[in-house]
Amino acid sequence: MGKRHEIRLSGSGGQGIILSGIILAEALGLYGGKFVAQTQSYGPEARGGASRAEVIVSDEEIDYPKAIKLDLLLAMNQKSCDEYYRDLKEDGMLIVDSTFVTQVPTSRAIQIPFTKIAREKFHKEIVANVISLGAITELMDIISPKAMEEAVLARVPKGTENLNRDALKAGLMTARRFKESLKKKDREPQEYQQED
Amino acid sequence: MEKRRAKEFLMQGNEAVVEGALAAGCRFFAGYPITPATEISEIMSVKLPLVDGTFIQMEDEIASMGAIIGASLAGVKSMTATSGPGFSLMQENLGFACMAEVPCVVVDVMRGGPSTGIPTFPSQGDVMQARWGTHGDHPIIVLAPSTVRECLDLTVKAFNLSEKYRTPVIVVFDEVVGHMREKITLPRPKEVEVIDRIRPTVPPEWYIPYEDTTQGVPPMAVFGDGYRFHVTGLTHDIRGFPTLRPDEVGPFMERIHRKITLGLPEIHMGEFFHLEDADIAVIAYGSVARSARRAVIDAREKGVKVGLLKLMTLWPFMRGAIERIIQRAKALIVPEINMGQLSREVKRVNEGKAKVSTINRVDGLTITPGQILRRIREVS
Amino acid sequence: MPEVTRLIYKYLRHDKKFPHVWCPGCGTGIILGALIRAIDRTGYEKDDIVLVSGIGCSGRMPVYVDFNTLHTTHGRALTFATGIKLANPNLNVIVIMGDGDAMAIGGNHFIHAARRNIELTAIIVNNSIYGMTGGQYSPTTPYGMKATTAPYIHIEQEFKISELAVTAGAGFVGRGTVYHAKLLDGLIEKAILKKGFGVVEVISHCHVQYGKQNRLGSAVDMMKWQRDNAVTVQRAKRMKPEELEGRIIIGVLTDKELPIYQDEYDKVKERAKEGLSSLGG
Repeated sequence: MGKRHEIRLSGSGGQGIILSGIILAEALGLYGGKFVAQTQSYGPEARGGASRAEVIVSDEEIDYPKAIKLDLLLAMNQKSCDEYYRDLKEDGMLIVDSTFVTQVPTSRAIQIPFTKIAREKFHKEIVANVISLGAITELMDIISPKAMEEAVLARVPKGTENLNRDALKAGLMTARRFKESLKKKDREPQEYQQED
Repeated sequence: MEKRRAKEFLMQGNEAVVEGALAAGCRFFAGYPITPATEISEIMSVKLPLVDGTFIQMEDEIASMGAIIGASLAGVKSMTATSGPGFSLMQENLGFACMAEVPCVVVDVMRGGPSTGIPTFPSQGDVMQARWGTHGDHPIIVLAPSTVRECLDLTVKAFNLSEKYRTPVIVVFDEVVGHMREKITLPRPKEVEVIDRIRPTVPPEWYIPYEDTTQGVPPMAVFGDGYRFHVTGLTHDIRGFPTLRPDEVGPFMERIHRKITLGLPEIHMGEFFHLEDADIAVIAYGSVARSARRAVIDAREKGVKVGLLKLMTLWPFMRGAIERIIQRAKALIVPEINMGQLSREVKRVNEGKAKVSTINRVDGLTITPGQILRRIREVS
Repeated sequence: MPEVTRLIYKYLRHDKKFPHVWCPGCGTGIILGALIRAIDRTGYEKDDIVLVSGIGCSGRMPVYVDFNTLHTTHGRALTFATGIKLANPNLNVIVIMGDGDAMAIGGNHFIHAARRNIELTAIIVNNSIYGMTGGQYSPTTPYGMKATTAPYIHIEQEFKISELAVTAGAGFVGRGTVYHAKLLDGLIEKAILKKGFGVVEVISHCHVQYGKQNRLGSAVDMMKWQRDNAVTVQRAKRMKPEELEGRIIIGVLTDKELPIYQDEYDKVKERAKEGLSSLGG
């Protein structure tokens, strides 16, 4: 399973988790040329309940379509962070929305306030998921920003393209600054301090 | 970055079913909302009016099944889709379609049962219902895709077999396959083989609607074609009229079974993976076949001679394939997301020759490669 | 040749399936006669008519007529008919059902077919009992009567079939009896010609089961009861509610222009295609 990557996006219903999963899978599969399998699980509630989407990406055909040990976990709320952290590989990447996740299980967690950025910069909480996709694109080497942008624009409602393009860029930039801050200070990652 | 190829989509199994149905010529869909099959209805309601087809949401699944039989009798290829609870309601009229030999396709996206069960979680609990859900002796064809691509291909196949053999065909898969998204390139229309029912060529006064033929499948006239024949759920004679005569009832029942038996070489579909030298064979279908494939690859890397029979046809059961496998294999493993349904059939065919062990899971999750790998190690 | 002979030769499978299964004196044969006369008056081709039935005594009717005929499952005739009509709107689809068939096991299908106002003709033979299975009470068995499953007394209220059809949204609803055969011809003809869901409830008699258990006399006696108790719609309008107690109101109960399902679905197709062309597809 050498080239197999397992990604889980999690949060609560209404945070756009399933759509993020689809966009991520399309970025990798349709625009990135990889094999992908995307699955999801949810309760009967359309909103408010637990929601998770998984994307398996590989250079070869995918058999088992669900995650076994995660390479990347995105947790958009505390509950999903607590519940799914144990599924992460030892060297797997944990990205949390620090707007809602206040207690992280590891000091290596990458903490970015996606929802807060969405609120303050775009005045729309709904784009938090697209901002998180930007961060994932930057932090994982396997996705090209161009492919992600195409995938996002193909799925968002008409008339919101600019908003979503900006949101995606904000996610990319935030994660990039985070990476740079790591290199500069050469220390364990800490919560990202939002500028301006 | 690789450029996106034309006609390539990321698609759910349920969506691929619709693409397959439309490619096969389905132009009528009647259904009733139910998780996890609802996407099929929703997408049909979008796409059918675009191709001059008809979508209707009926008052329940009984009505949906009745409507698709009616549409087929009027000459339009038809389909419905449901999950366990709705499938139970369809059984009554499904039997009618078997009896009156009306082509139609029923998709059952299986969820945890019994009763309302776990609507959003996968299961393979309807495998026996698909075979024996309606009352009385009847032949049936049941197909089981395990990938998004197969959802399309086997739906096309389901329509073709239903038309060719004048029988309802059921397509069953678990929620994982129905909701999973994978890349798929949609075939161009000319790439899809489409089979239509054989219509009578004789003049109406010579037409005998249920007459035996060499293949056991009589040509089928359509209402409005000028043949004015009778269709009934009662046991009927070759003219289609009710009969109580044992010398007519017996041959009729034998014929509707024989027509399927004669078609077995074409109806039976499976994938044979590393079975040539296998001492152990895993027999699986649906999402579980994917886990089994991974387990087989991993076990092979460790030198275990194990293979996989992925069943794409569940019924009529692929007896011959199993019999060939047990000429060599000493152990069979049958993982299923149920308490053991198809494994009973495997044991029946096996007749005690190989050691059959089952892996069963009914907690709402599918079986993992690790579970199967552990069992392979235990029996090797 | 006499008219009746012409009709027999033209419409019955006279050389195939007779004698029929109905008891001597049964009203179902009269309804079959009315149906054939009505169809003959419409001028429709036999090839374009589909006669669909459910289960029960009325369910056997399609066997005897030279149309496209379909004998379905109990209560489900309207669902099959819906599929046929939507698949081929050029066919004239007529459904014949009994009271148990249409009101009990098929009651839900009946109200939804009416609600959709789908262009079908539904003829319901109301003989107040399950005849073929041996006289059990049905949804139209009146309170206080007897049946093989109500040996002491029947305690349920009866369904008013025609009134239910009107309320559920059928475009045409008429009620007749097997005694008033001429009226019945006309009602069935109107229902067939109606664009929309046309319902004809026919009060019939089952002297063998219902009549015997309730000491109502012979088939003739029961038909005389129909004659004596029927009131036309026009006369009923001038009568007080207490005078109408226990009477059968016959004639056209409703005939209105309502949106027809098939026409509405054609609009759906147009809308779908417009949407597609505006997307440049």
